Amino acid sequence: MPINTILITLVALLIFGYFLGRKRSLAVAGSTAKGYSDLHSLPSYYGYMVAVWAGIPALIILLIWSAFSSSIVTSMTISGLPEQMQAQSKQQLGLVMNEIKNLANSGLIANETDPIKQAAAEHYQKLTHINTMAKTVVVFVIALIGLVLAMRLIKPETRARNIVEGVIRWTMIICASIAILTTVGIVMSVLFESLLFFTSVSPIEFLFGTKWSPQTSIRTDQVGSSGSFGAIPLFVGTMLISAVALCIAVPVGLMSAIYLSEYANKNIRAFAKPTLEILAGIPTVVYGFFAALSVAPFIRNLGESIGLDVASESALAAGLVMGIMIIPFVSSLSDDVISAVPQAMRDGSFGMGATKSETIRQVIIPAALPGIVGGILLAASRAIGETMIVVMAAGLSANLTINPLEAVTTVTVQIVTLLTGDQEFDSPKTLAAFALGLGLFVTTLVLNIVALHIIRKYREQYE
Amino acid sequence: MNEILETLPGTTTQSLQSDEPKPEAKTRDEFDVEIDGTVGQPFVDNPKMSSRNCDVFYAEKQAIFDVNVDIGRNEIIAMIGPSGCGKSTYLRVLNRMNDTIPICRTTGTHTLDGEDIYAKDQDPVLLRARVGMVFQKPNPFPKSIYDNVAYGPRLHGLTSNRSELDDLVEASLTKAGLFKEVKDDLQKPGTGLSGGQQQRLCIARAIAVDPEVILMDEPTSALDPIATAIIEELMDDLKESYTIAIVTHSMQQAARVSQRTAYFHLGRLVEVNDTDKVFTNPEHQLTENYITGRFG
Repeated sequence: MPINTILITLVALLIFGYFLGRKRSLAVAGSTAKGYSDLHSLPSYYGYMVAVWAGIPALIILLIWSAFSSSIVTSMTISGLPEQMQAQSKQQLGLVMNEIKNLANSGLIANETDPIKQAAAEHYQKLTHINTMAKTVVVFVIALIGLVLAMRLIKPETRARNIVEGVIRWTMIICASIAILTTVGIVMSVLFESLLFFTSVSPIEFLFGTKWSPQTSIRTDQVGSSGSFGAIPLFVGTMLISAVALCIAVPVGLMSAIYLSEYANKNIRAFAKPTLEILAGIPTVVYGFFAALSVAPFIRNLGESIGLDVASESALAAGLVMGIMIIPFVSSLSDDVISAVPQAMRDGSFGMGATKSETIRQVIIPAALPGIVGGILLAASRAIGETMIVVMAAGLSANLTINPLEAVTTVTVQIVTLLTGDQEFDSPKTLAAFALGLGLFVTTLVLNIVALHIIRKYREQYE
Repeated sequence: MNEILETLPGTTTQSLQSDEPKPEAKTRDEFDVEIDGTVGQPFVDNPKMSSRNCDVFYAEKQAIFDVNVDIGRNEIIAMIGPSGCGKSTYLRVLNRMNDTIPICRTTGTHTLDGEDIYAKDQDPVLLRARVGMVFQKPNPFPKSIYDNVAYGPRLHGLTSNRSELDDLVEASLTKAGLFKEVKDDLQKPGTGLSGGQQQRLCIARAIAVDPEVILMDEPTSALDPIATAIIEELMDDLKESYTIAIVTHSMQQAARVSQRTAYFHLGRLVEVNDTDKVFTNPEHQLTENYITGRFG
């Protein structure tokens, strides 16, 4: 039986088990003098319990079996091959195995000329058949054993409700672990690819080198392929653009948060807050062409008119637009924490004869400061990881400069350019993307940890 | 005032004394109509603060109806009454704290030393430095003990250098009876103190700007009996230099600390008299009902 048929049959069995368990619990309860009230749980819980007992062990076995059976069948087929074929290299053996599998699946074994392969394919087909049969039988036997055991467990004092509760709890835990494990998996993969990169380029050069020119040569006589991997210009470029963005976002965001939470009346707030948050919902690619086509030329013309030399793709343009984009991160979070400052603080300050702005500056901002800093750090993480705007507006040349009027490039932009187009997957050029990604990941991770820590500290303050 | 007593329908009084809660709720509404003016001695010679024809509205809802009362110099006046009777609202009229609530509107004439505190040229911010306030829940700022007390003097520029400020902080904490306990911890956060200490810190903070009147809105309702006793003693000392108006839910506290007591009921000032008289021989039936625990 193929695996989806097994699954569908199993589900049908579980539904059957549910009704069986429910009926059985009613029968058990009915046989006592006091009726259903003798049951520890509602009848449906006994049904669920039977379904769980029948389903979960069977599913686990099915999962494990499916995960390992194909490799076992393959190795058994290989061990059936003649010795000289087994002595081949791994890749060649893999090719042969593929051929045998295709032959077995095609149903044209009789047409094969090579008798060894023919025999192997027949052997493989037989093994696969046995495997599927065994799997089906084992899974259903286990399901039925579980079902029968659970049925026998049904007594009025059985705590079916608690058992079901435990199963639900574990389901939740597994779901939560999936997200965590995925994160761990991504980090691991980035980490190992980076380690691979560091075998060809020294970490010292990567971390402290000031020249970024990742063109490696495919042929030895190629020109213009220096292959320097100094990431300093990229990280400086990222920091520069993020700094420009934060210079816009922090004052504007904070001031709007203060206005919204302290000065604006209800109607203005109800309208202004969602409107401000729309900024965060605009796709970054829209910001990107806005930056490249409107803001960058405008800044260049403005610079020219006052005699400044501005690159047409300047860090300033990208930073300005990115700053607008991250305003909601600062304003929305700050607004929340400022609103969370207890009214008693404001009363206390007003009662001392403080004006509104004195109260805000001396009591509310200090009280909300940890939360505000948390918001700013989240915005900073966002700015550092932002790609689309900088791809379009900041350029590709890795200049080591802190002049925002020049073109710079960022870590994210370089990752994009390293991985677009046809690439070898083991060249330092491609692997450099992973190392850059790791650097970026570590940077934003540190920022996020700091932000979360500060937010947690803030929470403790008024509890 | 005998007239007022006579106008009270006998049935109402009886049903108030009955054990059933529902008719009582009904009779409160009936009383609402019957309170007409304030009995006792609401007025004094040469008052520190006084209010005439005070009405307060929250949006369309009227919270205080025609309150007329004087607060004498260097006295403690206690304001008692059931929850929602308007005593806290009235207290906040006296330093214009109600101005910070947008929907709140106050009318009538209110004076401090004969000066109209609701006059157009009166700055509520400066008024609040003269009429300080201590709140129900201790609300020290999340700053150090020193900075909490120094907050007001710094705002109003009361001291010209650091050592003067140090002296003022020490003097205020001493007056509030807290200095001995915190003198080594002045740089520690004020929020780390116990509830009673926090409330005394708030009192120190209020007296650091040397106000003329201190308003206390249930200052001990969040405190344990020992902390309450300390604060009550403190009030007795403070009365030498300040005029104090205190809102309290505890009649024992009103009896212990105050010289005069004002009884509020459903937004109206029912009776003002010497505290002894209010608690031994109240003039108004409603006051008697309240202090004998028939409702409230």
